[in-house]
Order: sequence, then C-alpha cells, then structure tokens
Amino acid sequence: MALTLYRQALNRALDEELANDEQVVIIGEEVAEYNGAYKVTNGLWKKWGDKRVVDTPISEAGFIGMGIGASMMGVRPVMELMFFSFAYVALDQMINNAACVRYMSGGLINCPIVIRGPANAGTSVGATHSHTPENLFANVPGLKVVTPATAHDAYGLMKSAVRDNDPVYVMENTLLYGDPAAASDLPDDEFTVPIGSAEVKRQGTDVSLIAHGRSVIVALEAAKQLDEEKGINAEVVDLRSIRPLDEETILKSVEKTNRAVLIDENKPFCGVSSQIAATIQEKAFDSLDSPVLRVTSIDAPAIYCPPLEKEQVPNVSRVVDMVQKLG
Amino acid sequence: MQEQIETHKYSEAEVNKSLADSEKIEFLRQMVRIRRFEEASLKYYNAGKMGGFLHLYIGQESIAVGTASLCGDNDHIITAYRDHGHALAVGMSMNECMAELYGKKTGCSKGKGGSMHFFAPDKNFWGGHGIVAGQTPLGLGLAYGLKYNEVKGASLCFLGDGAVNQGSFHESLNLAQLWELPVIYIIENNGYSMGTSQKRSSAFNNCLAGRGDAYGIEWDVGKGNDIYEVRAKTKEAMDRAHNDSQPTILEFDTCRYQGHSVADSNAKKYRSPEEIDYYKENYDPINVWKNSLLEEGVIDENDYKEIDNAAKDEAKESATFAEESPFPEPSAITDDVYFEVDNQTESGKQGKHFFHD
Repeated sequence: MALTLYRQALNRALDEELANDEQVVIIGEEVAEYNGAYKVTNGLWKKWGDKRVVDTPISEAGFIGMGIGASMMGVRPVMELMFFSFAYVALDQMINNAACVRYMSGGLINCPIVIRGPANAGTSVGATHSHTPENLFANVPGLKVVTPATAHDAYGLMKSAVRDNDPVYVMENTLLYGDPAAASDLPDDEFTVPIGSAEVKRQGTDVSLIAHGRSVIVALEAAKQLDEEKGINAEVVDLRSIRPLDEETILKSVEKTNRAVLIDENKPFCGVSSQIAATIQEKAFDSLDSPVLRVTSIDAPAIYCPPLEKEQVPNVSRVVDMVQKLG
Repeated sequence: MQEQIETHKYSEAEVNKSLADSEKIEFLRQMVRIRRFEEASLKYYNAGKMGGFLHLYIGQESIAVGTASLCGDNDHIITAYRDHGHALAVGMSMNECMAELYGKKTGCSKGKGGSMHFFAPDKNFWGGHGIVAGQTPLGLGLAYGLKYNEVKGASLCFLGDGAVNQGSFHESLNLAQLWELPVIYIIENNGYSMGTSQKRSSAFNNCLAGRGDAYGIEWDVGKGNDIYEVRAKTKEAMDRAHNDSQPTILEFDTCRYQGHSVADSNAKKYRSPEEIDYYKENYDPINVWKNSLLEEGVIDENDYKEIDNAAKDEAKESATFAEESPFPEPSAITDDVYFEVDNQTESGKQGKHFFHD
C-alpha cells in the first residue's frame, strides 16, 4: 500500500470532517481557491464550495476572532494560520477570548474551534516565520495543543481536534508535510488519535528520548544511530499532545530506562521540555540515574543562514552527543 | 456638547408609534433599574465588598434599553467591559449581577468573571469583554454564525469611542462588509477613552461612524439619550441586517457621569464637573424619557416614584442576596476551564489538563 504523506493525511481528515458535520467550516488565507499555501486544503474548495471553505483577507486578529465568535454560536470553524508565527497578531483573540470565555462565563459558553498551521523553524525563512509557540499556548489553561509528528497522528489528532468541544491548536510542520519519514500507512477506515495520549514510537531500555513534533523524527534517527554505532538502546516517546499531557507514558518510560534526554524545538527558557523536566524530577526522581538533559533550539531568534539554522534546531548529531553525556 | 434634543422627532417613527403605554413604562423601569443597581454597586464597592474595577454605565442607560427592546429571538448582543446596563436590559437579574460583583458562587459567572464579564447566552447575551475592541471580531462571529445557518437575525456589538482606534475593529469592519454579515456596531460615544478626550485620541471627519465610508458600510449617528431616536435608528439597522444581511455602524452620543472606572483617579481632572452637571440637568436619559411620558400622560409623578422606589428596593435586596451568598469553593477554581473535563467525556479523561499538582 502506498504511504500517505503528512499533508495528505491532514487533507483527508479535513475532508472527512467536512462530510461528517455540516457545522465544520474551513477558514483562512488562501485555503480555498489557492488550495492552501502548503496545499493542506488542496481540492477541498472545489469539492465543498464557497460556504464550507472560505478564503479570508490578511486579517488574523479579525478572522480568528470571528471564528471564535462563530464557535460560541455552535459553528465549528477550522481556522488556518498560514504560519503559526502569525498567531502573534491574533493573540488577544486566541488567548483572551478563545481560552478564557468559558471560564469567565462560569461554563456557560464553549469554543469548539480548531486553529491549525505549521509551527516550526528549519526552513530558512528568518525569525518572524519560524516560531514554535506550543509552549506559549500550552501555558494557557483553557487551550489544548497538539503537535503531530507523523501522518498517522496528524490525521487522527486533526479528527479529534475538530470533534472536541474546546479550542484545540494543531501545530503542524512544513518540513513534515512532504517528508517520507513522517508518512504513514493509513487504514481505509476512519480513526482518531485521542488528544492527551503520548506514544512510544520506539522501544528501548537505556535512555528515554522524549520529543514532540518534528523532533520525534530526529529522535528516531538518533536512536537508530545510537543503536548501530554506540550500542545504546534508546526509547523514543512522542508526546503528540502538549496540553493535555500524557504524564503516565513519560514516567513509565523513565522508570524503565532511568535516563531521559528531552528533544524540543522550542527555545530552552520555559520550553515544553522545561515542563517535562519538572514533571520527571517531581515524580520519577528515584528512578533517575543521571540528570535530565535537553536538546533544544539554540537560544537566539531563528537564524536565516541555511547551514547554521540546521545546527540551531535539534538535529541527530546534537542528540547523539547529548545522550553520550549522560552518566 | 450636543444641541438641545428635538423632543421626539423620532416618536412618530413607525417602530415607536406602535408602542403601548406599558412598553414605554417598561423602558423607564429598565433604565431606572440600571441606574439604581449601579448606584448600589458603587456604594458597596466603596464599602470594600468587591474587588477589581467597576465601570459604571450611569448616564448611558437609554442606549442599552432602547436597543435591547428591539431584539427578537435571533438577535444577539455583545459588549465591552461597561456591561451592567446591557446585562440588565436583556433580562439578567440584579441578584446574579450583584452576586457576580461580590465574587459569589451565585453570580452569573459563578464569581469567575467579575464586573467586566457578565454573560447570559440563554438571553443571547455574549458578554461582557475586558479588552478594548476585543469583542468586535466576536460580534462579527455571532453574525457569521447567523448567516452560516441561514438564520434571520442580527448581532448588536457595542463598543466605546475609545475602541474605534483598535486594529481588530477595522479588520472586523472590512470583513463585515466584504462578507455582508448582519452585524451592527454600536459606538456609545461618551467622549472619553478613559481620560483621553475624543479630540486627543481620534482622527475623524465629523463623526466616528463615518469611518464606515472607507469600507462602504452604512452608518448613522444619533442622540443616545433619547430612546425614541435610539430605537428608530437601531430599527433601521436591524432591518438592514435582517432583510439584506448588511452591516451598519451606529454612533450614539452619550455621557458617562462617573469616571472611566471607580478607580479613575483623574475623573475630575480631564473634564470639568460642570460639563457633567450641565448634561445631567439638560440631557439625562431618564429625565428625558420621564418627561416625555409625563407630557404624553402615560405616567404621573407618583408612578415614577413607585418605579424608582421599587428599583431601589430591588438593588438593595440584590446586595443582601450577594452578601448572604457563599463564595465558590476552592475546588471550583479548576471548573469551567475545559468543556470536556467538566462533562467528563472520553476526551476530558485523557491526559493531564492541570499542572498545579
């Protein structure tokens, strides 16, 4: 069977959810007639028409806020941010309104909205287009944040996100859209991946490599190299969902391997890995044979220079080196 | 300062001609209730019963009451942080509103929202929003929801004159006309964005609503202290929303008698007390309406006194209700964050949602 690419998996999930629920509407810049800046929505406008797939002007604060308002009325908008970096011009809507309106109304209102788009560095587009704000949004109670690393999870998490009755921010990755390493053999039947469930992507015994998003692909490659060249058997835990977080799977893995290296494309200060490190030391301290180490992006705005940016984000050699620093 | 109102130029408008005496009296009653509620809230705020801010609507009551009086089952209201008047006008009770100010469990938002965040979606009232102009895209979204589901209705989205300079409002205007959404932006122009006068904050020709010209949006201005005029102009906009699915910007002149909030330490510095006194004396919306009902022979002074006393009593009782209500339990802090967790769905049971322990 042919493998499904990450981009195609998202497309299939959106197409099926448009069919499953007529309240689902896709809204964003270039999502309709242009077929999506990254072709995630390819063909959907042609199939579903103007009502269900809607091109917007470049007005993130306006159209994201509009989607939140419509979701309060029971519409289920799936909003595309061409880059998740553009969220910064819509933050008031995404944080003050989407995340807080249920709370401030004492539970009378909810926002079944999905906001999705690529959130990654590594493509030489400079600092403004390379943010990874999953830590920022996961810091906000009321929001859910998922970061699929494979086509399988992108499909299953997108379907769960659309069906969820809380705001879910789906952070994708432009490098994974067409990456054969992230492609999956998808079954014909519909399925979902629950939000809040991590997955062990590779079984191992010596160290837990805990990652999310594209860093999972990096961790898997690093694990292979560690096995072949160093005789180290690494386990790879894919968080899949940042908030809610599957602490149980993380702790179980660390209790088994007694060592953890966290791989995180966030910048290090209060990155997702900071939260994971805190959790491990609080709840699995006695299982640890060495400190929890991290491989994050190097702590500067995303650099343009293509070869240097590959060094700035977590890569296989940095992970292999860090694992060898463990006691 | 506006000109003396042309008393009841709009009383002959179709929407007003058909008003029954009982409806006219009800408008008076609603305005008086709002004012007495807020006076009571100010009293108990100053007595230390409430936290945070208290943005009072006193002086602007005719706008909330006049517009809400036109709303049918499919018309929706959303506003900013000066929201007590709109909340009472749509039918929320003084008890739930006062209890919310006290931070009590019996408050409309269970003590989680406070003064700026009243909600009653069952009454088509979508808040109560704290960030200036943050509600303007939401109001657009309410209209989007109506149009998407082919419901004949309107979204009435209120904002102050300070909000017109926020980008999200302009983005909303563009989208409103581009997609022909049935939203009505109602600018309650009290002349001051906090302590900065309109002249010092806004570049405009003649009026703020006129900015609609840039987007091809129909707009109108009116005197906010006359319920007849508020209703006549709002009705026209609602007809445009209902029948043609077109947006409108309305701007009503008004005056807030208090500071921006009770914590506005400069309230008497950026404008003179005489300015407010002059308005109160000549243009107060309750007096204007009361006088026209007296002239029309709909009420007499005794009727007014009864209405006023009843509103005072109701406000006082709401304070007693709030005082006697319990605070929410500490465990309630993490309720009402996630729908799926509150409802213990499969999704809500998966993974860790809260990280404080």
